Amino acid sequence: MNSLLDIQALSLGFRTEKGIAKVLDRIDLSVRPGEIVGLVGESGCGKSTLARAILGTLPEGQTEINSGHIRLDGVDMLRGNKEAEHLRGRVVTFVPQDPFASFNPLFRIGTQIQDLMRFKAPRDGSGRFGRSRKADEASAIAMLDAVQLPQPKAILNKYPHQLSGGQRQRVMIAMALLPQPRMIIADEPTTALDVTVQAQILGLLRRLAVERGVSVLFTTHDLGAAWEICDRIVVMYAGQTAEIAPREQFFADPRHPYTRMLLESLPSPGRDPVGIPGGVPSPLKAPDGCRFHPRCPRATEICHESRPALMTGADGHAIACHHPWLAKAEAAHV
Amino acid sequence: MSEGSNPAILEVDNLARHFPVRGFLNRQVGSLRALDNVSFAVEPGEILGIVGESGCGKSTLGKTLMGIHEPSEGEVRMMGERIASPGQKRAARIRARLQYVYQDPGASLDPRWTLRRSLHEPLIIHTDWPREKREEKVREIVKAVGLPVEHLDLYPHEISGGQQRRVGLARILVLGPELVIFDEPTSGLDVSVQATVLRLFRDLKSEFDLTYLFISHDLAVVQSICDRVIVMYLGRIVEIGRTAEVFASPRHPYTQALLSAAPRIGGPRVTENFSLQGEPPDPSNVPSGCRFRTRCPHALPDCAEVDPKLEYEDSHGVACLHWRELKA
Repeated sequence: MNSLLDIQALSLGFRTEKGIAKVLDRIDLSVRPGEIVGLVGESGCGKSTLARAILGTLPEGQTEINSGHIRLDGVDMLRGNKEAEHLRGRVVTFVPQDPFASFNPLFRIGTQIQDLMRFKAPRDGSGRFGRSRKADEASAIAMLDAVQLPQPKAILNKYPHQLSGGQRQRVMIAMALLPQPRMIIADEPTTALDVTVQAQILGLLRRLAVERGVSVLFTTHDLGAAWEICDRIVVMYAGQTAEIAPREQFFADPRHPYTRMLLESLPSPGRDPVGIPGGVPSPLKAPDGCRFHPRCPRATEICHESRPALMTGADGHAIACHHPWLAKAEAAHV
Repeated sequence: MSEGSNPAILEVDNLARHFPVRGFLNRQVGSLRALDNVSFAVEPGEILGIVGESGCGKSTLGKTLMGIHEPSEGEVRMMGERIASPGQKRAARIRARLQYVYQDPGASLDPRWTLRRSLHEPLIIHTDWPREKREEKVREIVKAVGLPVEHLDLYPHEISGGQQRRVGLARILVLGPELVIFDEPTSGLDVSVQATVLRLFRDLKSEFDLTYLFISHDLAVVQSICDRVIVMYLGRIVEIGRTAEVFASPRHPYTQALLSAAPRIGGPRVTENFSLQGEPPDPSNVPSGCRFRTRCPHALPDCAEVDPKLEYEDSHGVACLHWRELKA
């Protein structure tokens, strides 16, 4: 399989005062070129850590990598060498959750985009001083236009606080696209936005990804947003992969008990949302075996002892569970 | 508001709240009309939802009802008694009957007080009950929110975030309020936690005969829990009606856009044919006439001139000049 991103059996933890927090436990994930993959899970499930691991921006002194690898375009991103450094910000870029925290408040948007282009964007006409400023500005304006910002020239002269939340997120997406990456990691890009703006941003992200053939790894806790944009959905629970399935199949026929309960927790008219009793375990003392077993109604002895492997079916639907829901018919009875 | 058979618990009449915008030398250079000409009534026992985008004035509305802000115009009546109008100071007796729940009610606990002391405090302020009677009431409420009574001797950091939330709710309920205003009670929660919190709200409502005002930007939550819903845009009510009716056949173009923006699992991708562009304009400089016209796909020239009033038909109100034509 020629995947752009390939993660295999990745386990890592952080050294803390209270011992090692095992944040990721044997994660498997692959992203094909041009695919939009949704990484879904509740807070504390490790999705942001995974995103940062792919970017290679984990805190160096505290991280302990136990096993596995992350290969992006064939380059190992975990051992921070020169090659990984070169990919970061060029081949893989990042759209943060809170765009305001990622801008320098003291510089104009235009200056910040120019800095980005000087260091990360490829230069076509390479003279002695690289591309001229004018050409840089022209391509920046073209990109702001592509993310549907009105009056892109005026935006370049503004400071970050003068833009609204939706505009800032658009500028962030534009900056993520400028180096012409092959992959964008979007970490909850619409959580801070209103629904009408969210719909615009998600639509934009999806259109640009499809047009430019960019892969997107989209982390979110909002299942609705995942339905909106993704081709394939990965569910994480407490640092373990629970289920991986194509979008339609995921929502129509979820098989992992956790996924099922998560979907039942969504409020919908005419039905009381169910909720999941208990809380996400602390990574400092994660349960043995399947980490969901303390909250799982289907858990038996084996779930305490051994961790279920991620088994992929013929239809591309992968589940890590000893007692998955197998067919839809069974669900009707229980 | 249409005259219903049962008297309203809360009546809001032409309420407005303006904030001054200050310029050079603290001179007032304009005013931010956070809330303008808002009228509605809350019936006893209902859950009334207030939805809208950020900056539409829904929190200002909640805080003005609560007495945190003083209204610039209009008045609020509770059971027929005027409780807020320009220049009026609120009596303590009223404050006990109307309670406000912030996003994280647990954050209102003093970290250096035991939970018992935090729960006794409102009773000490508002009643002259002896200690035993207060303790009895506190125990009753703590059981109702689903906490073990032994927890009363703990400090806030010793219990989990979800339990802190319950204590925060208990603190509000000890005074026996009639109307509780929730301000974004579920934002920032994971869906599995949100479901349990919503259930708790519903159980408490039936146990204590409460009326809720539920401010939220989450349409799915509002749809699942509220009886009636108010949609706000830039400080105005644009639509009000039964939740089922508003969600099934929204009349105002803004409500239509808002509802179509929410992703629906199993439905078509909304992003492919979503029409509404841009973001709400600055509330210190609102457009003339209908405030939504700058983004409205159906705007006509007269929308810029006439300010639409809230028009009721079958107790479903809408503030749009052309909603009848749009419906046809």
